[in-house]
Amino acid sequence: MAELFIELFSEEIPSGMQARAADDLGSLLTKALDGLNPRDLRMFFGARRIAAILTVDAEIPARSMSERGPREGAPEKALAGFTRKHGVTPDELTLENGFWVLNKSLDPVSAESCVAEAVPELLWKFPWPKSMRWGAGSNFTWVRPLRRIACLLDGHVVPFALAREGDDAHGLKASNLSEGHRFLAPGPFEILSGQQWQEELETRSVIVDMDSRRDMVRTGVARLADQHGITVVQDDGLVDEVCGLVEYPVPLLGKIDAAFMDLPAEVMQVSMRINQRYFALRNPDGKAAPYFAFVGNLPFKDGGKLTTAGNERVLRARFADARHFWDLDRKTKLADRVPALAAVTFHAKLGTQAERAERISKLAGTVAQAMGLDGAQIAQAERAGLLAKADLTTGMVGEFPELQGIMGGYYAAHDGEDEAVSRAVAEHYLPRGQSDETAKAPVSVAVALADRLDLLAGFFAIGELPSGSGDPYALRRAALGIIRTIRDNGLRLDLTELFAQAANGRMGGELAKLPDFIAERLRVQLRSEGERHDVLAATLAGGLDGDLVRLLARTSALSEMIQTEDGRNLLAAAKRAANILRIEDKKDGPHTGAPDPALYTQDEERALATGLDQAVPAIETALKEERFTDAMQAIAALRPTLDRFFEAVTVNAPEPEVRANRLKLLSRFRETTALIADFGQIEG
Amino acid sequence: MSATRPLCFQDLILRLHQFWSEKGCAILQPYDTELGAGTLSPHTTLRALGPKPWAAAYVQPCRRPSDGRYGENPNRLQHYYQYQVLLKPTPEDSQQLLLDSYRAIGIDPELHDIRFVEDDWENPTIGAWGLGWEVWCDGMEVSQFTYFQQVGGIPTVMPSTELTYGLERLAMYVQGVENVYDLDFNGKGLTYGDVFLRAEQDYSRHNFELADTQMLLTHFNDAERESMRLAEAGVAQPAYDQCLKASHLFNLLDARGVISVSERASYIGRVRALAKAACEAWLAGEEETSHG
Repeated sequence: MAELFIELFSEEIPSGMQARAADDLGSLLTKALDGLNPRDLRMFFGARRIAAILTVDAEIPARSMSERGPREGAPEKALAGFTRKHGVTPDELTLENGFWVLNKSLDPVSAESCVAEAVPELLWKFPWPKSMRWGAGSNFTWVRPLRRIACLLDGHVVPFALAREGDDAHGLKASNLSEGHRFLAPGPFEILSGQQWQEELETRSVIVDMDSRRDMVRTGVARLADQHGITVVQDDGLVDEVCGLVEYPVPLLGKIDAAFMDLPAEVMQVSMRINQRYFALRNPDGKAAPYFAFVGNLPFKDGGKLTTAGNERVLRARFADARHFWDLDRKTKLADRVPALAAVTFHAKLGTQAERAERISKLAGTVAQAMGLDGAQIAQAERAGLLAKADLTTGMVGEFPELQGIMGGYYAAHDGEDEAVSRAVAEHYLPRGQSDETAKAPVSVAVALADRLDLLAGFFAIGELPSGSGDPYALRRAALGIIRTIRDNGLRLDLTELFAQAANGRMGGELAKLPDFIAERLRVQLRSEGERHDVLAATLAGGLDGDLVRLLARTSALSEMIQTEDGRNLLAAAKRAANILRIEDKKDGPHTGAPDPALYTQDEERALATGLDQAVPAIETALKEERFTDAMQAIAALRPTLDRFFEAVTVNAPEPEVRANRLKLLSRFRETTALIADFGQIEG
Repeated sequence: MSATRPLCFQDLILRLHQFWSEKGCAILQPYDTELGAGTLSPHTTLRALGPKPWAAAYVQPCRRPSDGRYGENPNRLQHYYQYQVLLKPTPEDSQQLLLDSYRAIGIDPELHDIRFVEDDWENPTIGAWGLGWEVWCDGMEVSQFTYFQQVGGIPTVMPSTELTYGLERLAMYVQGVENVYDLDFNGKGLTYGDVFLRAEQDYSRHNFELADTQMLLTHFNDAERESMRLAEAGVAQPAYDQCLKASHLFNLLDARGVISVSERASYIGRVRALAKAACEAWLAGEEETSHG
């Protein structure tokens, strides 16, 4: 048993690639050293290094192998090929059961030679998403120049070099050297063990454990904020990114010049995050606090005074730029920007953003009407739809595309548009992602739906559908946005009708596939919520009900029903009936049409017929009135009648007309269940 | 930095010249045609190709017509200076060299926060890309650091280190000035504004309002034709000059707002084709001389 230590020390690795690279190194080592039974793997990564510490066996023990070669009497050539492959002579083979067999005992392989062979191979092939060449001619590539390789087994260097025939691989070879902080502890030091390496790095101002760095950033920033009675805007992505940029995180707080505090909070936050990797802070009332937090890479000689002043100055310049756009943009009304959208292409086959704005406006009105909004709200939805994309021509959105919508909302409010209109302009991109909220204000909802309906109808009409992992126009996200918005707001809309409106006379393409596309997204969504997808499939069997609220209510009523004992038995009976019909229909089916009461010979038949006669109108009325639980109860109530029928009645009676009549009765039962769902789709 | 008086603009340049001269660079003078970036100078673009070592440093005036702000923006200029260094092959201590040059102009990395923040550099108009970083000082990008991987659509057989300093930004930082026009130019009372403000105002009008677009279009077509003809004749640098002219003319047309989004890509493609042809012509000549 030995400790294997590997560190790959390089120039600064992009922050976003470090964790993945550490993962890759771990799994490649585990795979390549399989024979050494690798275990207790610990990975480290940071700005200038990825490293692994693991336990391996001291050797791959001696073992024997046996490989079957060509058949006895096979051509000379085949035998020669086999011996060449294994580097043996024919007299080392034995004849077993008509085949030439090579039995070989393998010597033990030391961990050292195993590692020395595997690691260079692994480094040459390391899967960086993007790598580079450097120096005077080696083809060994790395994400940025690789400067040192440390590789030790129980503290002893595993001797290997990366050089291959004709390529010196920058002269890189395994050593026992590492380096500390670039500025505070330049130059190499000797590694004795994984533990000592970690400790030595800490004395040399490198916190090599990612979790420890995260912790230093989180608690450090929170403490600074606390001193001023303010709080940090949580941003785990930013914490991770910053921790990949610094080897010794030192959180610091800077002040924001009062002159900029009237900028929209989102503008300040985006500028700070995207351009500067700063954390935004909030006052107790939730408004932007006049501070920002940033993370330096070392404990500064002056406590960070100079660097804080420098960062404050940089932020002033950034905010001055933002202020420039903010002031300039507000000089032109959002409404006056709509014509300029004619110069912005949306998609070559789908026209300009101006045409799109027209479509969204019209559609937003239609949706608002379908939602039952009043005349004023319908007009607001149309207005907001028209203005929704106009902020694409503003300087601020040009600079920060992630502020689209949000800026439009601010500018619309500034122009004196109705509150509902400016709010809808701001909110129509909701939900922006999985974890984002959906729009709630009615006018916002109408525009949010119209935007996505137009997007889907447009791209389906020109046949640009998502395929596999490719979804360049984010159509899946749009469909999910529609589904979530409708569900969260309990909207009673007919999507089928709205898609027809969105298609706006356009025909063909793949438009017909749109309902199935929505159904598929719904299935994926329900599955992610832990719902049974087979139940949804059963209610979707007749095609997508454009009223998702109704569809889901029905699905959940069905879901509940099949969990009751009556429901489970009914389901079994339905499947049994379907099986019998499938088999018998094949012989001389189909057996449809009303059964003849005169041909019933047993009471159980008559009871079932009567039961069905009563259940069908009850189910139909309940479904129509959307009393889905009542509908389910009406069908579940048939259970004892059905049980008795299957117990007492032989469907395949010897008299042909009795048999046919009984099959017709079963068929009528199947039709009745079909009113509810396709029970055949339900598992179990 | 607080103890001694900060460097004036021209002394900053002189210090950098001194520093890179001591490191063995040829100190060259600015290239004599309009360029959008120091990278575009043939001292970088053409020299980055082929198997011959090279080390040079120079100041390059850069023109970005659309960045004109009529002298009213404290940070943006349509004409500014880059300090450009090309080291081929990439030295082992490229990063250390850059940091030492910062010390030489008065930036102490133990007082200031110096970071290497990833940057995948790309210049589609000359078919070039490389990997490297934006180098930040206290949150401000003060240099661009690139290991060239491809130029003119041709992989670099001997990769080089390219260091580009934004001189005005760096000077503003060193001097603690918030408006570029307030920069101390010569240490004797002359400001950056005294030298350049009038030009920024006039060129902004020229770039956005006055430049004759019909003439620019004609010149673009002429430069394109000439560049191709010269590249075919195997005279690489004259061909490349015409490519640079076409590139600048395109930038002017773009500033004048006469190039639509869809046309843009096609113009960039045309300039890239010229750059590629000139680079290929250069490489052909290099191979001849290295074998001859």
